[in-house]
Amino acid sequence: MASSRKTSRAPILAADGTPLKQALHRSQRAERRRAFALVAPLLFFLLIVFVVPILAMIWRSVYNPEIRGYLPQTAAALQEWDGEDVPPEPVFQAMAADMIVGIENRTIGRAAARINREIPGARSTVMRTARKVDGWSAPYREKFLDADGDWANLELWHILKRESRLLTPTYYLLAVDYEYNSKGEIAPRPEIYQVYTGLFFRTAWMSILITLICVVLAYPISYMLATQPTRIANLLLILVLLPFWTSLLVRTSAWIVLLQQQGVINELLVAVGVIGDDGRLRMIYNRTGTIVAMTHILLPFMVLPLYSVMKTIPPSYLRAAKSLGAHPFRAWWRVYFPLTVPGLAAGCILVFILAIGYYITPALVGGDSGIFISNLIAQNMQGSSAQLKLAAALATILLVAVLIVYWVFNKLVGVDRLKFG
Amino acid sequence: MALPSYATPVERIWHYAFNVICGLIFFFLIAPIIVIIPLAFNAEPYFTFTREMLTFDPQGYSLRWFDNLFSSSEWMSSIRNSFIISIASTIVATALGTLAALGLNRPSMPARGLITAVLISPMIVPLIITAAALFSFFARAGLSQTFPGIILSHVVLGTPFVVLTVTASLAGFNETLIRASQSLGANQTRTFFKVILPLLLPGVISGALFAFVTSLDEVVIVNFMAGPEQTPMTVRMFSGLREEISPTILALASLLVALSILLLSTLEMIRRRNERLRGMSPG
Amino acid sequence: MKRVLILTGTVAAIAFGGAIAQDKQLTIVSWGGAYSKSQIEAYHKPYTEKTGVEILNEDKSANALAGIRAQVEAGNVTWDVVDMLQADAQRACDEGLVMEVPHDEWLKAAPDGTPASKDFIEGTLGPCFIPQILYATMFAYNTEAFPDGGPQTVVDVWDVEKFPGTRALQQIPQKNLEWALLADGVETDKVYEVLATEEGQDRAFAKLDEIKDNVIWWSEGAQPPQMLADKEAVIATAYNGRIFNAQVNEDQPFEIMWDHQMFETDGWVVPVDTGNLDTIKDYLAFATDTQRLADQAKYISYGPARKSSAPLVGMLEGTDIDMKPHMPTNPKNLETAIPFDVQFWADYGDALEERFNAWVAG
Repeated sequence: MASSRKTSRAPILAADGTPLKQALHRSQRAERRRAFALVAPLLFFLLIVFVVPILAMIWRSVYNPEIRGYLPQTAAALQEWDGEDVPPEPVFQAMAADMIVGIENRTIGRAAARINREIPGARSTVMRTARKVDGWSAPYREKFLDADGDWANLELWHILKRESRLLTPTYYLLAVDYEYNSKGEIAPRPEIYQVYTGLFFRTAWMSILITLICVVLAYPISYMLATQPTRIANLLLILVLLPFWTSLLVRTSAWIVLLQQQGVINELLVAVGVIGDDGRLRMIYNRTGTIVAMTHILLPFMVLPLYSVMKTIPPSYLRAAKSLGAHPFRAWWRVYFPLTVPGLAAGCILVFILAIGYYITPALVGGDSGIFISNLIAQNMQGSSAQLKLAAALATILLVAVLIVYWVFNKLVGVDRLKFG
Repeated sequence: MALPSYATPVERIWHYAFNVICGLIFFFLIAPIIVIIPLAFNAEPYFTFTREMLTFDPQGYSLRWFDNLFSSSEWMSSIRNSFIISIASTIVATALGTLAALGLNRPSMPARGLITAVLISPMIVPLIITAAALFSFFARAGLSQTFPGIILSHVVLGTPFVVLTVTASLAGFNETLIRASQSLGANQTRTFFKVILPLLLPGVISGALFAFVTSLDEVVIVNFMAGPEQTPMTVRMFSGLREEISPTILALASLLVALSILLLSTLEMIRRRNERLRGMSPG
Repeated sequence: MKRVLILTGTVAAIAFGGAIAQDKQLTIVSWGGAYSKSQIEAYHKPYTEKTGVEILNEDKSANALAGIRAQVEAGNVTWDVVDMLQADAQRACDEGLVMEVPHDEWLKAAPDGTPASKDFIEGTLGPCFIPQILYATMFAYNTEAFPDGGPQTVVDVWDVEKFPGTRALQQIPQKNLEWALLADGVETDKVYEVLATEEGQDRAFAKLDEIKDNVIWWSEGAQPPQMLADKEAVIATAYNGRIFNAQVNEDQPFEIMWDHQMFETDGWVVPVDTGNLDTIKDYLAFATDTQRLADQAKYISYGPARKSSAPLVGMLEGTDIDMKPHMPTNPKNLETAIPFDVQFWADYGDALEERFNAWVAG
């Protein structure tokens, strides 16, 4: 008895004499390290070349260094200002000093450009005064006000004070069509400037519509693929896989060729006499073009998961339901359809996620009524009025939306269920 | 799906209607891709079938657009650039992705769910966002307008496909095979090359093909990042489609369709071989 | 694994090798299409022949300002010389993104000894800007669409009853708003005054609203001739050189409507912190001398920015077409012309572009 108690208390030892529990623990840890070591190169690569750049972009969307950096003394002097009246002499003195440095370093234009975003015309006010200020001496206030009446505009000073903070929500407000009004309160922008919320909604509903069309088109052909004998199914599958493997640009150019006014379909309709030569249909460079081309491009992403699920459903289930007296539709709806839901969910979320981020196809065939939010992000990254920070803010909002859908997808379906080909 | 002899008339109508509908959908999928091939041989600079083409008059067809393509140094250098970028990024992506998939497949892998989600994320994040982020980042690192910068960004895009396909091919993997091999006296290296690799290879190859096609087809990132020396064919096609669509683009497009047919057949061959190897029935 | 490494190494060597093979080269950013071709023929080819410097042409001028901003901000400037509109050049200059240019020091005098700064047409010079050409944006139409005669004035363009069909306009507020006000009856010399007021802006957008359903948009200079040729549009705004090229080289039935053409200056800037300043200065001196500017007009119908070049403008290369009547600076074409107001757009561009983009998307 005693001896047995003794042995049960003594730890079980591994071959090298260490307690088994500890040895197991150690070997498990080593095993984990080995597994992690295999993943580590890719993980660190992605952290540096993908995650960090995205975080940097998010940081840029709130980082606001222009006023603080290029008009530092003015920014400091304005902290004392009560905002009730045109600022006192020290503020103007600071502005004059900043301007002299800014002219010397040729950076004053960057501050001017920043203010001009808030008040059209402020660029000229700043630049014109800055070129003169070198010849002035204290006191400056009168000279500024004489040089340009806009220096008496309180809004200008309020903006300077507000935007002298290093972090700003300004670009996020713009991205949802809000702004600071002249009183410094957050308010909707005038209707004529509102564009982004509308485009977010358009992107969402058009993506949902495209997803739904994909469901409607994919369901029957997936069913057919799943129920045909293997040989025929494999042949039919090529009709799905070939578009899937064909370049996106090739497919988009195909739709341009088909749909444009001098394109194949219009020529055909004119030749047959359905429409007159002057009644050619406008099927591209608008919403229709985007929807048709994107449905075509994304359809395989719906068919493949649906097909792989349907393939696993034994046809005997439907027969059983019918032989038990269910109406064919009822049998399908109650027995077959629920079994396809996982594939349907995977396909829907995949198509939706891909659709809301689309850029190339809407840019080429969307005209102006068929573009997506991605196109406005790109637009804000290019052109002479590029607003990289607004682009970053819009991109961040889109990113968050996509990540939420991705997270839901991961919860519901699991990313490792994604299959191709 | 053959119609049973006892089918009611309604079922019959439904059956044929269903087949017609499916036929139309398949037509919708494949017709646009097929239609551009003959148009690339159009003798006229139009994007539609001329009367000569429809009557199969040899005068209506010509190789002038292919000739244009192959004699243009701009197009040829951009095609070369595309292949440099795609091949290089595929090699790196395949190496990194395969290793990671092997790690993810180990039962001891910590935080598997989270890490998988991170590794797959480049496929999920919209390209324009990736482009916006990488553009600034690489510019700062002095890598914009260089081949290494573009290649690295395409490695990012390609790895999720490799991870997914290799993981999928490992999922059906039977651990006992390794033990069997080892108990028969093979060492670890030998086991890897003789047992694991042959089973892994189909996943690796299809992952690599995915990464290759993704890179070859990518236009958003390179549009921001490529300088004149790196301009790949997609950027040239993209601006061509926006400005003046010339049938030369259709010639290149039909070559790309041929390439995708080739890739598809390769993949199909691998799949069949794989199924035979594993003794699984197709389907 | 070893084989993979070797392969990677080889590809990397090709990749890196391409980037460092040439040490004497210039990256020049321009607009692409017929315009770049005229520069290649008139400037680049003779320069490479003379000096051996290889010139890389990059078609990014449409995004030049954003591009230079990004490169300067990142501290990695890869562009040597950039072809830019005067308005953008002014902004880039104010923001310290491009170098200030001592024109008389860098550039050659006219053959008669007039210093460069006096030789360029008044109002085209900027502190950072070396003018190159004057070009016009105006309406053009396909004569096949109007057998009884096409539109003659900006008012006609707005008359969709008399001149039915799609109009192709550039997807920017610049010039479209001016023309809208002109079509609405504002006098030529009051346009910018009116456009600076909120009522004036509302008025311009309301006028554009009238034809919005008949408008498709273009963004690249090569598009409008293509759209007219394909009859995607029957009237289009366009750069005069592009229409001229389509008329002459492709025999397109296009007609330019010079009424209320808007002309502006296009030229060179040099980004700050670029590497090989000596080569750049040498190139610019070569490419902007009197003869070279006149040479460019052999290939495209844009007016040389040097007064001394004007008499040297001759025939279109390889033809006997006199280029002078096709220049935007030809007195007959200038009768109702409006000079594009660079300063106005520097001030109001941001706000009007935002409103315009919202209006287009809405």
